Amino acid sequence: MAIDRGLQSELQKQGVYLTTWDQLANWGRSNSIWPLQFGLACCAIEMIATAASRYDIARFGSEIFRASPRQADLMIVAGTVTKKMAPQVVRLYNQMAEPKYVISMGACATSGGPFHKGYNVLKGIDRYIPVDVYIPGCPPTPQALLEGLMKLQERIKSQSFSGAMAQKKGEYPIPEFGSSGLEPRYTPDVWQLPKPNSPAPTTPTAS
Amino acid sequence: MQVEGGYLVVGATDIVAVCRYLKDRFTLDYLANLTAIDYPPDRIEVVYHLYSMAKKHGPVALKVKLPRATPTVASVTLIWRGAEFQEREVYDLYGVTFDGHPDLRRILMWDGFQGHPMRKDYVVEDQNVLS
Repeated sequence: MAIDRGLQSELQKQGVYLTTWDQLANWGRSNSIWPLQFGLACCAIEMIATAASRYDIARFGSEIFRASPRQADLMIVAGTVTKKMAPQVVRLYNQMAEPKYVISMGACATSGGPFHKGYNVLKGIDRYIPVDVYIPGCPPTPQALLEGLMKLQERIKSQSFSGAMAQKKGEYPIPEFGSSGLEPRYTPDVWQLPKPNSPAPTTPTAS
Repeated sequence: MQVEGGYLVVGATDIVAVCRYLKDRFTLDYLANLTAIDYPPDRIEVVYHLYSMAKKHGPVALKVKLPRATPTVASVTLIWRGAEFQEREVYDLYGVTFDGHPDLRRILMWDGFQGHPMRKDYVVEDQNVLS
């Protein structure tokens, strides 16, 4: 139930604060998104720069990079996910506590980037785990990462806390090493092959 | 053994003797690089780059030409210990067998992987852009 903004503002001037549980919870959790301390390639360097004093991710409450997935809310997939690394990334995601979010940082994590046609790089982490925010760039600048973080904050604020918990999917299957790549190639619950274009019109048969 | 451009082309059976001689006679104590080149349809070349840390000279480049169907060459791990991982990498990615290697198995790809992805006729599983 929404509170009348004008009434809320008037009451605040008198020292009375009215809010809803969801607004309070979202205010708290969107301003304390703790990322997993976890970098894969050159995007991680930009992520480190974002955490340092010049760009100062602490302004958004996300300066506490946790070394354990159990304490993290956000996985920033910062860099090239090789096929050899992908099972570990999915395993770390599975070990994070709900509600959890994923930022796919850069071209590699999103689609394989410049390694798209190679034999060893996963063509996007969204094939195995759900991604909330994609950040373009190679690598994205710190400003772009902060923009992505703000987009994620908006997303968190637009959800109810119980709604976010209700979206729990449990563990996602961890891909295994096959004879020529990962098996399965993607998790159908998360990602599916784009549908081919509509079939070519059939030529009318001569009657 | 013959000189081709900047390379010394060594026969596959002579590589250990040549390397031993170069190391002892010219103090080429450092194997900076060991890799391979695929020349389909019938040839793979293994390339060695040797330097001397003690005398500060180099590089000396060696090549061994091998048949692509059964590329086998003697290991130089006993001469330069640093060759071990590089020979494993060449075995993994190009399928060259190194006789006398102490632990010849895949190093970058996983054990169950089939094929040698740096060979030019290797077909990537998901070569289709979208699948």
